[in-house]
Amino acid sequence: METPILSVRNLVVEIPTRHGILRPVDNVSYDIHAGEILGVVGESGAGKSMTGNAVIGLLNRPAHIKSGEILLSGQPIHSLSGDALRRLRGKRMGMIFQDPLTSLNPLLTVGEQLTETIMEHLDVSYAQALDRAVAALDEVGIPAARARINSYPHEFSGGMRQRVVIALALCAEPELVIADEPTTALDVSVQAQIIALLKRLCRERGVAVMLVTHDMGVIAEAADRVAVMYAGRLAELGPVRDVILNADHPYTAGLMASTPLASQGQKRLRQIPGSMPRLGQLPMGCAFSPRCEFAQDKCKQDPGPTRETCNGRAACWFPLSSTAKQEATQ
Amino acid sequence: MNPIVKVENLDRVFDVSKPWLNRVIERQPKQFLKAVSDVSFEIERNSVYALVGESGSGKSTIGKIVVGLLGKSGGSVEINGVDLETETDRAKVDAVRADIQMIFQDPFASLNPRWRVRDIIAEPVAALGGNTDGLAERLLEQVGLSAADASKYPHEFSGGQRQRICIARALASEPKMIVCDEPTSALDVSVQSQVLNLMSDLREEFGLTYLFISHDLTVVHHMADKIGVLYLGRLVEEAPRDVLFASPKHPYTQMLFDAAPRMDGFGREVEPPKGEIPDAINPPSGCAFHPRCPLATDLCKQKQPQMRKHGDTRVACHMVE
Repeated sequence: METPILSVRNLVVEIPTRHGILRPVDNVSYDIHAGEILGVVGESGAGKSMTGNAVIGLLNRPAHIKSGEILLSGQPIHSLSGDALRRLRGKRMGMIFQDPLTSLNPLLTVGEQLTETIMEHLDVSYAQALDRAVAALDEVGIPAARARINSYPHEFSGGMRQRVVIALALCAEPELVIADEPTTALDVSVQAQIIALLKRLCRERGVAVMLVTHDMGVIAEAADRVAVMYAGRLAELGPVRDVILNADHPYTAGLMASTPLASQGQKRLRQIPGSMPRLGQLPMGCAFSPRCEFAQDKCKQDPGPTRETCNGRAACWFPLSSTAKQEATQ
Repeated sequence: MNPIVKVENLDRVFDVSKPWLNRVIERQPKQFLKAVSDVSFEIERNSVYALVGESGSGKSTIGKIVVGLLGKSGGSVEINGVDLETETDRAKVDAVRADIQMIFQDPFASLNPRWRVRDIIAEPVAALGGNTDGLAERLLEQVGLSAADASKYPHEFSGGQRQRICIARALASEPKMIVCDEPTSALDVSVQSQVLNLMSDLREEFGLTYLFISHDLTVVHHMADKIGVLYLGRLVEEAPRDVLFASPKHPYTQMLFDAAPRMDGFGREVEPPKGEIPDAINPPSGCAFHPRCPLATDLCKQKQPQMRKHGDTRVACHMVE
């Protein structure tokens, strides 16, 4: 099999604090292949954004990578120096942040920001860079790109600004794009436009996309595979259809059942009791065990291995899908 | 049965002009933003009426006008037959104020961090000089927290628990009607379901009426009996929930439904909607939706469509027959 674009192996991120060491990302492993969209879901504080930031090397001190590997097309990047990472960032990895207003420089025109990025990473003249910038804006669907290249970010609407951010992330033709809640600040109709754009670019250019979001609907429509995170750990990973319809991990199943669905009518929603534990107060065993209806003594003592199930992988002693259940009882 | 809330031809205009010196120097006229124009609807007792729309559609403005947090520029809002702005009988006004409460979107911004939970919850009753003994403790248990939480401060609670405190506060004056402005959009999915279930239970227990404001169609579908769809300050369609979701009539409603991501829409490829919500200071002529509408004709560009009845639906579109 071909080498995945991004390969994260047993990644652990730690934050030392006065009250002890916190692990916002704990032993997380996954691959993303070219042309694939991996959705990463979870509730706030589950470690989704922290994983993305660790990959692209934007962890803020004192957070740091404690152990594990991050491979970009087979090349380890977790131990690179700041300068070396800086050269990769933008060129081989692009990032799309949640809030398009704060991720653009308000004092520079859109054209200046795009050409700066292009000339930093590619060996081209200013005129060529400008042409590329116009082409990039054109590609993300900004009308009259050549005229608007001298506009400042505040002259664009929210949806158009997010398109500019996407153009910026893609202008040096990276292999990997990390999109951290790219549509959360946008309206439904604009969200649909941005998701369609991401899907098209991923397909046409064969970019690997890591799509971090809390919206299951967006994941269902855009992602090929999903990673579900809970309290810093990967609860489950598998093809999107299987994870949404036939979850292995009780947390994923609960998450799906508590999302209101049009087809269910006004039936009472299933609810997961309680809320996610804070990082400093994680229970000893499986982090989900205090809220889990299937939890047994074993779950409360040992977090359990991540095992292969018919969907993919799940970190649970008693995964829900039937074949995996039989294995567990044997 | 007479409706609990009756809104007629409601208008609200905001003055968004620059300071006068800038206007003089730049020779610009005053600018006005019409946040709500000509909105009429009624809310039946013991029902849930939802207002949906994208940002800038005026849904929160209408909510605030209904509870009296914002004044109106024209039209009338009657609650139990009383118009808060024109009513002169103080006793009637106080009775209506106690009857209508509000739950806000952000549970972190809507609780005073320096007040104990007990004081926060008792405030609506204390402000009208009522008896507050044991009130907070009783309400806390009703919304699924413990009575001992009454002496804590808001920062000791998580987002979902704070929203429960907001609900307890809204229930304190034994209201008949609660305006909920995006009550769950700041919460995670698993906590959202807890709060939505709690709101449904309380509605049955106390016979409440909700005006539910949200941009999330799945939540609205789950909660509402009747839905009004807003676009740029105008009501474009109103229908009972099942009718609206089964056969949306207005092209904007159809676009909104198509664009909303679905949990069962694996790899769904839809043509995404064109354009964005226009500038409310200079709205398009005629029907405000015509620049984005696939059915638009010359008539739509010239004439503002009026609300007309089609069976159970009221819709403002020239093209709906």
